[in-house]
Amino acid sequence: MCNQMVVDQLSEDAVDRLFQALSDATRRDIVRRVSAGPMSVSGLATFYAMSFAAVQKHVAVLERATLVTKEKRGREQLVQANPDGLALARRLLDEYEDIWRQRAARITDLLGDVPGAEAKEPS
Amino acid sequence: MTVTSSIKSPEALTLAITAEFPAAVERVWQIWEDPRQLERWWGPPTYPATFEDYDFRPGGEAAYYMTGPDGSKPRGWWEFTAIDGPTRLELNDGFADDAGNRIADMGQALMAVSIADAGGRTAMTITTTFESTEQMQKMLEMGMEEGMGLAMGQIDAILAE
Repeated sequence: MCNQMVVDQLSEDAVDRLFQALSDATRRDIVRRVSAGPMSVSGLATFYAMSFAAVQKHVAVLERATLVTKEKRGREQLVQANPDGLALARRLLDEYEDIWRQRAARITDLLGDVPGAEAKEPS
Repeated sequence: MTVTSSIKSPEALTLAITAEFPAAVERVWQIWEDPRQLERWWGPPTYPATFEDYDFRPGGEAAYYMTGPDGSKPRGWWEFTAIDGPTRLELNDGFADDAGNRIADMGQALMAVSIADAGGRTAMTITTTFESTEQMQKMLEMGMEEGMGLAMGQIDAILAE
């Protein structure tokens, strides 16, 4: 319980880092890939049209946001999702909530449409 | 805002979201009952859903695909486990392969919909229960890749009204 409360009380800075980390499509993709299993930085680099160093920078941003952890294994740097599954679940539920907010907005539009008046003039 | 409440439980992997609409209960039911109306709101404009089969009755199934901006067409299936119009609907939602067969090891999400009169407006609550964070993640990828961009487009549309 106590641990839980600490996790819930993310500082403003931590939240900023989290949002900034997830504002980039490549970084979101990295999080998805390593969530399925640990991957080396060089392995990740094969998926993107960018340098190894650039991928390494993205990983560092994710690491600071505590979304992933990095571990040295031999000569490789192994990237894995943060083992705190609850943090991941919370983040995913937030995304899912966004989807439903957007759906609710589209439903409102749909319900407001007069049947037959297919093309609504933007005023 | 149309969304009046959103309750998330990371422990139970559930999301219960409630939205209110300025329409009658029977009218809100139609957005589920009629696949052509469903297609107009299920997927975002950049990632629309197409329901090919839609057997809207208890035990009935639906087959659908989304069309991504890159032309990708991830497929899904629904199975209606309870239909009690115009107030209650339950279904399972899962992934299908290109031939439309269910991909069992991708898991499924349970969606429970309840629709009720809220003093001249209609409140709809959708409770989604996932099996695992991994499955939740895969489900989000389906139709979510362009999430940020489309949200901006929709804000533009609202501002233009």
